[in-house]
Amino acid sequence: MTNAALLRATDIDKSYAGVHALKGASFELRAGEVHALIGENGAGKSTLIKIITGAVAADDGEIQLNGNAITHNSPRLAKQLGIAAIYQQPALFPELSVAENIAIGLEEPSLWKRVDWRARSGRASDLLARVGARIDPDRDAGDLTMPQQQLVEIARALGANAKILIFDEPTASLSEEDAQNLFKVIRELRTHGVGMIYISHRLEELPEIADRVTVLRDGRTIETCLMSEVNRDQLIHLMVGSELATVFPKKTVTLGEVILDLRQLGRSESGIHDVNLSVRAGEIVGVAGLVGGGRTELARTIFGLTPADQGEMLLRGKPIKIESAAQAIECGIAYVPEDRRRHGVILDLPISANITLASLDRFSRLGAMDFRREKEIAADYTRRLSIKTPAIFAPVATLSGGNQQKVALSRWLITKPSLLILDEPTQGIDVGAKSEIHALMTELAGQGVATLMISSELPEILGMSDRIAVMYGGTIVATLDRAEATQQRILALALGHLEAAEGSTPEESQSLRDLFAPVREEIKASGTTDEELLDQIEAAVKEVRERDRTSPQSRER
Amino acid sequence: MKLNRYKRELSAAVAYAVLLVAVGIIAPSFFSGANLRDLALNNAPVLLVAIGMTMVILVGQIDISVGSQFAVAGVAAGWLAKSGIPIPMLLPCLIVIGAALGAINGLFVGWLRLPSIIVTLAMLVAWRDALRWVTGGEWVQNLPANFQWFGLGQSLGQWLIVAISLIVLGIFSWTLRNLAGGRALYAVGSDAEAARLAGIEPPRVTFFVFVLMGALVGLAALLNAVRFSTVPSNAGLGLELKAVAAVVVGGTAITGGRGTLIGTLIGAALLGTIGTALTFVGINPFWEKAIQGAIILAALASDFVLGRLEGMRISDRGLRIDGAQ
Ligand SMILES: Nc1ncnc2c1ncn2[C@@H]1O[C@H](COP(=O)(O)OP(=O)(O)OP(=O)(O)O)[C@@H](O)[C@H]1O
Ligand SMILES: [Mg+2]
Repeated sequence: MTNAALLRATDIDKSYAGVHALKGASFELRAGEVHALIGENGAGKSTLIKIITGAVAADDGEIQLNGNAITHNSPRLAKQLGIAAIYQQPALFPELSVAENIAIGLEEPSLWKRVDWRARSGRASDLLARVGARIDPDRDAGDLTMPQQQLVEIARALGANAKILIFDEPTASLSEEDAQNLFKVIRELRTHGVGMIYISHRLEELPEIADRVTVLRDGRTIETCLMSEVNRDQLIHLMVGSELATVFPKKTVTLGEVILDLRQLGRSESGIHDVNLSVRAGEIVGVAGLVGGGRTELARTIFGLTPADQGEMLLRGKPIKIESAAQAIECGIAYVPEDRRRHGVILDLPISANITLASLDRFSRLGAMDFRREKEIAADYTRRLSIKTPAIFAPVATLSGGNQQKVALSRWLITKPSLLILDEPTQGIDVGAKSEIHALMTELAGQGVATLMISSELPEILGMSDRIAVMYGGTIVATLDRAEATQQRILALALGHLEAAEGSTPEESQSLRDLFAPVREEIKASGTTDEELLDQIEAAVKEVRERDRTSPQSRER
Repeated sequence: MKLNRYKRELSAAVAYAVLLVAVGIIAPSFFSGANLRDLALNNAPVLLVAIGMTMVILVGQIDISVGSQFAVAGVAAGWLAKSGIPIPMLLPCLIVIGAALGAINGLFVGWLRLPSIIVTLAMLVAWRDALRWVTGGEWVQNLPANFQWFGLGQSLGQWLIVAISLIVLGIFSWTLRNLAGGRALYAVGSDAEAARLAGIEPPRVTFFVFVLMGALVGLAALLNAVRFSTVPSNAGLGLELKAVAAVVVGGTAITGGRGTLIGTLIGAALLGTIGTALTFVGINPFWEKAIQGAIILAALASDFVLGRLEGMRISDRGLRIDGAQ
């Protein structure tokens, strides 16, 4: 790390209609450093980086690159100056192939240049391999899953050979393995002198990769410190401006009747099979597992998006076949999908209309909307989830990424379903709002809502669930009670608790060891020295990788 | 390159092949050289306009003023010819005139960001009325003798028109596929904001697409006008519908970002052949419009069905959630 500033943003000011997003924020990036940028939802992080990349114009302030001020910034100019970014909102072309998506981001947009399709495809394959993604460059980007799209964007940004690389929540939808892969690439780029800005709400991953961290609050720079000199609680304090209790607001609720009962449920096409699970009124069942374990697929099957073709499903004791989402909603099932970034909200509609969209009948009398009640409930949720906006009638497009997520979540929370399925409910949401969402879940459980919560965050799973179902290979391998569940047990089960797979090259073992170093540390730190368990985990990971390699399809599903 | 990506074009091609085979069996005389040449000649102007329309739709816009532009350009061609400029000069002149007409649309839609349907609807009415007012409904007559068929005689002139159309199709088709400028159209139509972030300037691209659209209309108007000894002042009525229909039947997504000119060629050929084919088969040509309508509906429906099937297949997109309510 050198000490000269590669990029310096000074006193940046930016107002959108009615919102003062940045109030004189400053930021400095050195060559060869990873500089984390954190702050609550709506603090102005994305706005700051959009100003750096020229995607939006600042009202005031100066951006310097190597000491020279950049004037008339635009995405094109920034690209020429060697600044590349992955934005929070996906910026892919759904109708175009992956290879072309990558190429359009990288090639000089000169009208008359002839396209070299073979070179495009080759470069795309190379870049995708570099981020460890097994994606066919010929596929349409719109056909990819959320994590795959994220990997394509990362690959595209890497291909720019930029001097400055900006990541706006790159890991929000990535699996642990993909995230580790990304970190490896980031570390490598750091040794080549690339300066990187890294935005994330997953504070626990920052010590792993960040050298320095800058905290934004309400559009102002609060502090910049060395990552090694702060801990998580201090960071939260800086972000929020006050102490924050990070205990889970779990309350014991007397459980009611069995709402959902799955018996040998399966869907061959999605790779789900023999799922046995019951959820009672007032109960929160956490669903843990790795990406690819079939968690989202199971949720989609219950919700009728990909109807089951094996086994039985009972709702309140009555067998039922759910063939469509409309039918599921009618039966009182709500599903908050994982990918809320693109499809969870209607960007042009106001916040209030977005929130009431799934329960319009409750807000209308004789077919006429009761706007006062709509306004009340929207105001209530806006306050409770601290959705940052000047007015509840503002279009959702004007919200920050995390606040859009809160709107999507609110829509389903107010439907008062009898079964609520949440897929990664707090992804991309800041620590403060996270505990508020947990409090809401508890409140709903108190009212007798049965909840199925899919989450990759083990603390969330452990903190919020009455029981924990662990998925592996498309089925539930075990259901643990709250009392008997531990991080290690869940991890071991999620990895299949498998008989060790035999035979591996030394390189593979090494990369496995790298991959598992953090988990190993974590388990060690928690006091267990169950070496056998760790070995099993490693073996299982290897098996999963092996399977992925031999059948790329299994990941793409 | 995957066949899957071109399934819309393929289904149009299959439909066309079926039509040709059926007509070939029932009325083999359909395939006489003279008939095929007439067919090509009659549809060349529509094809040229449809090429432009494909590009306009690819960037996510629409241009319904092409019929009126066509009439204006045709009359302009007649007047220019009468004013005595050398006949070959008509070609560049008309292209420039058309481009200027298109630039007006491009200015409003590209740079001022007004909705193209409104802008071009206004232009549709405005040009038509202006023309009526200026010509008083009179056709352009007493054209120089060498205006018709560019003075090359009927046979050569006919082939020239068809050849120009096909060459233009080839050039644009190659460009759309292989030049960065062509690919920019797809990017803008697929996601304008993403295109902007990638360093493409959507307003500029949109502007140029409308300019090209106009230029192609100018060319089409000239190639159509030289077939006759007078230029009508009400040409091109309903041309916008024919062009849009050819584009849609050819598999271009009406929402932009997806489509090819080969598809448009097939679409134009399919819709343009039906009328004649009906006559040959002995069905009342009265049915032509109804059948064309049915084909357009089928194309749109297949678009919808394919889209739905895809939507179901793609997991994690959450697509159906909002759609299901
Ligand atoms: N296009 C816009 N129009 C109006 N207001 C906007 C627009 N984009 C952002 N804002 C506002 O600017 C503020 C900062 O938003 P920004 O996206 O920078 O937040 P963020 O720190 O990235 O938050 P998150 O963690 O949720 O992504 C927010 O209050 C947001 O509502
Ligand atoms: Mg953001």
